[in-house]
Amino acid sequence: MATRVAQLSCGTEYSGMQWILNDIADQVGIELVYPEMELSQVESACDEIGFRAESPGLNMMMARAVSMLKDPSIKGALLLTCFRCAEGTVVKDVIRRFLHERTDIPVIAYSNVEKPKEIELYARLEALKTLITRKALLMRERQEGTTLGVDSGSSTTKVVVMKENDIVGEAWLPTTDPIRSADEAIEKALAAAGMKEQEIESIGVTGHGRELVGEHVKADLNLEEVSVVAKGAALLTGRHKGEASVIDIGGMNNKLILMRDGIANSFSLGGICGGSSGRFLEVAAHRLDVGISELGQLALKSHERHELQSYCMVFGIQSLVVSLAAGVKREDVAAAACRSVAEQVYETQIQEMEMRPPVIFVGGVSLIEGVKKEFEQLLGTDVIVPQNSQYAGAVGIATLVSGL
Amino acid sequence: MKVLVYPPNSLILADLVERGGHEPVVLMREIGKHVRDAEIDAPPLNVTEEDLKRALRYVSVEEPAGVKGRIGLLAPLLEQAEASIILTDAPPTFGCMGCAVSDEFFKFLIRKRNIPTLEVRYEGGERMKETVDRIMAFLAGLPKGK
Repeated sequence: MATRVAQLSCGTEYSGMQWILNDIADQVGIELVYPEMELSQVESACDEIGFRAESPGLNMMMARAVSMLKDPSIKGALLLTCFRCAEGTVVKDVIRRFLHERTDIPVIAYSNVEKPKEIELYARLEALKTLITRKALLMRERQEGTTLGVDSGSSTTKVVVMKENDIVGEAWLPTTDPIRSADEAIEKALAAAGMKEQEIESIGVTGHGRELVGEHVKADLNLEEVSVVAKGAALLTGRHKGEASVIDIGGMNNKLILMRDGIANSFSLGGICGGSSGRFLEVAAHRLDVGISELGQLALKSHERHELQSYCMVFGIQSLVVSLAAGVKREDVAAAACRSVAEQVYETQIQEMEMRPPVIFVGGVSLIEGVKKEFEQLLGTDVIVPQNSQYAGAVGIATLVSGL
Repeated sequence: MKVLVYPPNSLILADLVERGGHEPVVLMREIGKHVRDAEIDAPPLNVTEEDLKRALRYVSVEEPAGVKGRIGLLAPLLEQAEASIILTDAPPTFGCMGCAVSDEFFKFLIRKRNIPTLEVRYEGGERMKETVDRIMAFLAGLPKGK
């Protein structure tokens, strides 16, 4: 039976994307429903939420948000307003806060554009479906037995071997052919753990290559990244209760996840611009003639603030080169590159959602100290980078698979 | 004359225009074309790519998708209108496009066409008769049989 998710929007049919939404919802087993409401209830709903918009469509959207609370068959909410609509963005945020106050159901948001990328919508709806249907599994707070977690990412493949809640072996390799990279990383992780494949009780797979790799390794569990990374971040920091925010920046993508009691309940995915990914920093490190692992340390030596003129992978790097040619110190340029990534994530994702302290930073880029420092300055709060932060996905899936 | 009404889906205004001896230009006809077009898969759930492209003649590419979609649907009405009646401050149940930006922008586009236009404020209750009288007087003043 399809999972019922409320579509709260102000006229998606006018954006030309409703058919894509319906199509993808169908593929992931979600039934999009419009919560029932009477026009006469719009006024009282606005009063209840405490906000009134100029656009009648947005007021109706709020009325549907109030109405959905009365329907127990609705298990999630998808908020949609147009990209670049200021009033819509405010209403989306107001509704998200309202729903988070009144209910525990997961809420995700997306901005309507004329030609949405299907893969982006698919990733969001799939993650929403996992958060709804796998809630019992996601409540797991401890890894048991001996399990292996594979995170087949877009730029690196991470593998951990876990035994009774401890990481006993790990490996991290660039992803080339996803299957070959996974095989090599598994072999290395098992060698590091001093174990044989036969000793592994179950295998979990996540990441971009999870379908292909999951089939190859005969995975017992195959889950999308949002719920898994959130779980991994909760496990690595030991924060299973209360609220937290997780920033995950990988080689080619990034996520912001808000979680409650160790389970994601709202998230935003990057994917518009490569300038806010690890790849940007790799190119910057290459231009600064340092290894990517040294870039963060170099940035920490900076004493003079310098700005790159663009977040773009091309024009930002061009600005970096021009800065070096103009005599700006390498450490100041390295710090500017780290700030560029942090600022873009802040402007495109954190600002759009909200920040629930504590802030946990995971993914490969979390190892670059300069980016952590820039996030702390931007957010005005400490950022936690747990040990093995780059393995958050692998740890999350290794733990979840032990609960099957 | 072809008289465009705003809100463009107002059945009451459309009826008044017909009673006044003119042809109402309303959104329902445009949607109807989409419904009857065999090449559109799921009418009238979606605006088509053509509607969105058509909107670019009037709105900047930076406008939100929903504004483009609405203006794209309304553009043919604008292009055929020879006169217009704009009812302002009408409640949503009277007919509306749901989006305040589209609403304001489309009214601006109507005004820019320099066609005979009546702008009248919605008055509920007893004063509605005065509003209807003004509309009928405006319609009576328009040349017939064009």
